[in-house]
Amino acid sequence: MTISLTVNGSSHAIDADPATPLLYVLRDDLGLNGAKYGCGLGQCGSCTVVVDGEAVLSCMVPIMLLEGREVTTVEGLGTIDEPGPLQQAFIELQAAQCGYCIPGMMMSAHALLRRKAQPSEEEIREALTTNLCRCGTHMRILAAIRRAGELMRAASLPGPDEGRTG
Amino acid sequence: MWALKAAIVFVAAIFLAAGAFLVFAWRSEIPEDATAGEASFAPELVARGAQLAAVGNCIACHTVPGKPAFSGGLAVPTPFGTIYSTNITPDRDTGIGGWNEAAFERAMREGVDRAGNHLYPAFPYDHFTRVTAQDNRALYAFLMTRAAVKAEATENELPFPLEFRPLLAGWKLLFLRQGEVEPEAARSEEWNRGRYLVEGLGHCGACHTPRNAFGAEDRDRHFGGGEAEGWQAYAINPDSKAPIPWDEQSLAFYLRNGWHEFHGVSRGPMAEVTGNLSLLPDSDIAAIATYVVSVMGDPTPERAQRAAELREQFEADRLEQTADSQSSVALASGGQAGETLYLAACANCHQGARRQPFGGLNFELSTAVNAPNPQNIVNVVLFGLPPADGEASAVMPAFRHILSDQQLADLLAYMRESFSDEPAWSGLVEQVANTRSGAYKVTIRPSDGIERAPHNVGAEEE
Repeated sequence: MTISLTVNGSSHAIDADPATPLLYVLRDDLGLNGAKYGCGLGQCGSCTVVVDGEAVLSCMVPIMLLEGREVTTVEGLGTIDEPGPLQQAFIELQAAQCGYCIPGMMMSAHALLRRKAQPSEEEIREALTTNLCRCGTHMRILAAIRRAGELMRAASLPGPDEGRTG
Repeated sequence: MWALKAAIVFVAAIFLAAGAFLVFAWRSEIPEDATAGEASFAPELVARGAQLAAVGNCIACHTVPGKPAFSGGLAVPTPFGTIYSTNITPDRDTGIGGWNEAAFERAMREGVDRAGNHLYPAFPYDHFTRVTAQDNRALYAFLMTRAAVKAEATENELPFPLEFRPLLAGWKLLFLRQGEVEPEAARSEEWNRGRYLVEGLGHCGACHTPRNAFGAEDRDRHFGGGEAEGWQAYAINPDSKAPIPWDEQSLAFYLRNGWHEFHGVSRGPMAEVTGNLSLLPDSDIAAIATYVVSVMGDPTPERAQRAAELREQFEADRLEQTADSQSSVALASGGQAGETLYLAACANCHQGARRQPFGGLNFELSTAVNAPNPQNIVNVVLFGLPPADGEASAVMPAFRHILSDQQLADLLAYMRESFSDEPAWSGLVEQVANTRSGAYKVTIRPSDGIERAPHNVGAEEE
């Protein structure tokens, strides 16, 4: 059975069992290896992606529920040459140690920052409750998310010259 | 002339009746005790008070999650309006720092505060009135030795005329039976201890007994099932829908640990109850189980027969279980919408090889699937079970961003049909939509209750 999936803005026709978890399709069919297989039970968060603006656990989501919906993975946040603000902040603050949990962390943070560019510490922690990190870089991860928020706000504010050109 | 006289008599009668009612409703102020907050208490008394406060689950209503313990301010939604819990820390201006022991005991016994105001029965004094003077003393000692927190109580949001507190005297006349209950001589000491804890401080009936139009517990349907904070509190009398009936051992294990292999994990407001009960000695937990199981009574022969089959089936399964987190459930497509969803999204955990409390409960064992109202499943599927802060706990991922109202309704219909002999639920799409939108309010807390989170300094210094 063919299912049409929209991932990072491109649409794909996927020939798979409709019950297949999204994570498998992302990694095996689309070669998007950012989202990781951790527990396979929706408990660790390393497979987190964003669907229609909300963080979801891709190991738990059968693809049949995704027809007509927008999936964003960590690959959709920027490129190696032009990293997005979240990627830039995580690099800048060296927030990864082994890095296995990081794509999931970034996608949970992405969903949060889309809603609110200046979240409180409490809100960041709340948004990351479903993401585990075993290396213990939590403090750097928190700092990187705050930094990403700053970068996003700076990007969306009018620059000093902008007022004059219009 | 005659009409005027009649009118005067009528008005006078109204004034007299109103006056008589106000006299009836009037309670004296107990003078503020300036030194109450500085009193010291024997450490053993305070320790016993801590256990009793855990039985009473005082912290759950008197604390806003993440804020200092017992400082009040939690919004308690009721069918009549929203009531805000009060600050019961020993702060003199905003808490109970000026209350002497008599004032505390009167509040517990009669539902009247130090100043003489009637309290709303959201504070379950219909149960707390059963508490002995000795236990009240320990509770008082415990509360008066907590950190004083300055926190002004929020005004209640109640429609006219309910904000007029003297009316509560009428409510009490109808529904409050004050005082302790004599032990039943024919029953064991353990049973009587259990009844004392359950019907008194434990106030189990506040959630598990349905309420009448006046918000009072319907005594004829004792433990017949009620609701709390958007969750169904199941029937724990002969109407219990547990596929394997509770017995003393399983209930004591559940109350002690917050889960049982044949019943699943406690969640919603019950998670806080089981979390708090961890402070209690085993003997009290066993007493509570003995009493509650006696209220449930012996199961009918058919129910016992079915339970024996289930027990055999799941005990055999357990022997085959391995540590492998991957289940062997075949992912079959096709069939009805709900079945496909169940197999794709739920079966991996709920028919998987992981044991309770970290695996999903098999729905053959689920009280929720057999309950008259599917609300608890709706809550858990939409919002998940958030992890406890800093410790291993049961968790379930939230599906609200994945499943539409219709899809969840299909799933519920399939589960009801497959795992229960009860009649189909109705109005599912609307129920899911109202829960999702917040039109129907549901409180979501981690499995151990957020008050015990490490960042809650007030709760930690115990």
